[in-house]
Amino acid sequence: MTRKQKRLAIIAGGMSFILCAVLLVLFAFGQSVAYFYMPSDLTKTTVGPGTRIRLGGLVEQGSIVRGNGSTVSFKVTDGQQSVPVSYTGILPDLFREGQGVVTEGVFNSAHAFVADTVLAKHDEKYMPKEVADRLKKDGVWQPEGTATK
Amino acid sequence: MIIELGHFALVLALATAIILSTLPVIGARRRDPAMMAVAPIGSLTLFALVAFSFGVLTWAYVVSDFSVANVWENSHSMMPIVYKFAGVWGNHEGSMMLWLLILSLFSALVAIFGRNLPETLRANVLSVQAWIASAFLLFILLTSNPFIRMNPAPAEGQDLNPVLQDPGLAIHPPLLYLGYVGFSVCFSFAVAALIDGRIDAAWARWVRPWTLAAWTFLTAGIAVGSYWAYYELGWGGWWFWDPVENASFMPWLAGTALLHSALVMEKRDALKIWTVLLSIMTFSLSLLGTFLVRSGVLTSVHAFATDPTRGIFILAILTLFIGGAFTLFAWRAPRLKSGGIFAPISREGSLVLNNLILTVCTGTVLIGTLYPLVLETLTGEKISVGAPFFNLTFGLLMIPLLIIVPFGPMLAWKRGDLLGALQRLYAAAGLSLFAAVAVFYFRHGGPVMALFGLALAFFLIFGALADLWQRGNFGKAKFSVALRRLAGLPRSAFGTALAHLGLGVTVLGIVAVTTFQTEGVVEMKQGSTTEVGGYTLAFDGMRDGKGPNYTEQRAHFTISRGGVAVADVWSSKRLYTARRMPTTEAGILTFGLSQLYVSLGDPMADGGIVVRIWWKPFITCIWGGAFIMMFGGFVSLSDRRLRVGAPTRKAKPVKTVMEPAE
Repeated sequence: MTRKQKRLAIIAGGMSFILCAVLLVLFAFGQSVAYFYMPSDLTKTTVGPGTRIRLGGLVEQGSIVRGNGSTVSFKVTDGQQSVPVSYTGILPDLFREGQGVVTEGVFNSAHAFVADTVLAKHDEKYMPKEVADRLKKDGVWQPEGTATK
Repeated sequence: MIIELGHFALVLALATAIILSTLPVIGARRRDPAMMAVAPIGSLTLFALVAFSFGVLTWAYVVSDFSVANVWENSHSMMPIVYKFAGVWGNHEGSMMLWLLILSLFSALVAIFGRNLPETLRANVLSVQAWIASAFLLFILLTSNPFIRMNPAPAEGQDLNPVLQDPGLAIHPPLLYLGYVGFSVCFSFAVAALIDGRIDAAWARWVRPWTLAAWTFLTAGIAVGSYWAYYELGWGGWWFWDPVENASFMPWLAGTALLHSALVMEKRDALKIWTVLLSIMTFSLSLLGTFLVRSGVLTSVHAFATDPTRGIFILAILTLFIGGAFTLFAWRAPRLKSGGIFAPISREGSLVLNNLILTVCTGTVLIGTLYPLVLETLTGEKISVGAPFFNLTFGLLMIPLLIIVPFGPMLAWKRGDLLGALQRLYAAAGLSLFAAVAVFYFRHGGPVMALFGLALAFFLIFGALADLWQRGNFGKAKFSVALRRLAGLPRSAFGTALAHLGLGVTVLGIVAVTTFQTEGVVEMKQGSTTEVGGYTLAFDGMRDGKGPNYTEQRAHFTISRGGVAVADVWSSKRLYTARRMPTTEAGILTFGLSQLYVSLGDPMADGGIVVRIWWKPFITCIWGGAFIMMFGGFVSLSDRRLRVGAPTRKAKPVKTVMEPAE
């Protein structure tokens, strides 16, 4: 190989690595990105069973039911609609009724939402940003976490 | 009164920084020694003023002066003294003060240790540092002033966020900032070189110790942060691919690349333009990280402050510095002459490959972190990009890099012998495969990918040892001779071997935990037992406890193996009284390299409690490896050849290779 060919081969090698990375990123975005929904969005759009989504809102008052062992079910509401969620595991410290939460999981074949992650982060004033933005937009935002009273 | 003095010192610091930003640069242009001499004195003054101001803020925390709004918001008179100190940077304003303090500390260090830098370079470097300092001083004074008073002063403070009340707060942010902000020196050197319009191998020799120091601290900072999140958050995870974690990880990746490319530049005078670009990119990523964390655009554990003006201000700083530096680069870079030809199979070639992979990996992390932000701004759609994305892209792309790591040090500069390197690594490869199979056998199998991962980790470890083995000529020369040769090796050789070995240990921990971890979520009542990872846990009951500023419910567990009690552990749920905020304090037991992690859930109506238990084999390797890397960094830093003050080759190349500015 001449020097020019060698250089071309090296550049081609580098480019193909970058190309691989780009394809991988596109593939991964298609596979593992979770869209964010609030309960009332789910009346407008349909989310197929097995599609990973994030469901956010407030934990509805009086909806928390502790089942056997560590399974908990509760409802996530945005003031208009509510969606029942079941979760197995330890809930975050700040999980309580009226608190803003983001849950991540899938709808099972019976259209029940099964979450594998529940986020209610570490500040009592904390409201997940996605949830707060939407509540403000929909005009049901009450500051300082006193919503849904 | 003293508070006002601190405030005043900060204003004086801004004035100093502005003078420092202009005079030395002009002086360097005019070759005016008097104007250039302002740089070192000014930098020391700036540091003194900022340090005084920071000291005043610390004093306000220590004596619990609640007339200062910042102290009132984030402190409590009952808080243990260590958290009063650490609480200074446990909030937005204070952490920006720490950022500034460390920035000015690095300027002062450059002023002190940079005595044998060319005068114009030193003046320019310190000026560029002062530009950054001015921007952040303005930011603090205009949007995040920690010295604002309250009248009347409240009697009691609002307490520090309980999650932050941990020894981790005293260690993690300073280490992280020493790394993060340390890269500003590389940035300033790059910009100064571009202003000067000339750059050579000596430049790389001056920059490398700073890069190495920053990288070492950042490694330690990230490791401490990871361990802190692991034990404090109670979720048993050590890395969440949280945007804020990514914000510190990206400069680390880019900094690692910079460390390697500066090596090529120093030794072979090649990759100049790339190294300058990488210096700019690394600090740009630090700035981007600061923006992501401080502006509140992200949902994260770390984002305490959400104030739009702050976000816009930092975005302006970000645009100004990154945009400015890249414009300067585009204008000046074509002037820089590159040299040093090398064959693809050579030390340089392997380092180029290292840079390619690290940069692409940084890119994927960047895309994954910013994509949700961009998408939301453009379409209003909200998405989350989580661990699966990063594991798939970053995880796969890193594999080739991990494979080539042991080959790099085995190849010669200019033209290497791949076959020879392969031959020298046969033993290491064989041993790693054997070790991986052995681990697999004792763990009773697992996915095949895990076998590959383990072999890779062992290959990194044995490869690093093989490097030292070859350099000492063990096996060929007499043992005592080889030992003497090993002792005579430069420290940087040990640094390299240690860093690569540490990487292997970390990878080992990651693979082992991901594959062999077991967990259970069980409801337990007093006296009931459960089994995890070959250990039996017996729940002995709950007890109420009380700390200085919290109350807690502690659960006691006895751990036994084969019927013999081996250990016991407390796990608790705390309620911090001032903020009425609960936290989980996980109980963690270390057995060798592995850990048992016990986290409490909610009490049930019938007196039981939900307990989540993990058995995490080899997990301590993850942080242990990082500390070996850090140790490698310090060993390398102590190498005489890297010391800026150490005698270097005669000034011959400096004069002839440098090109005139215009």
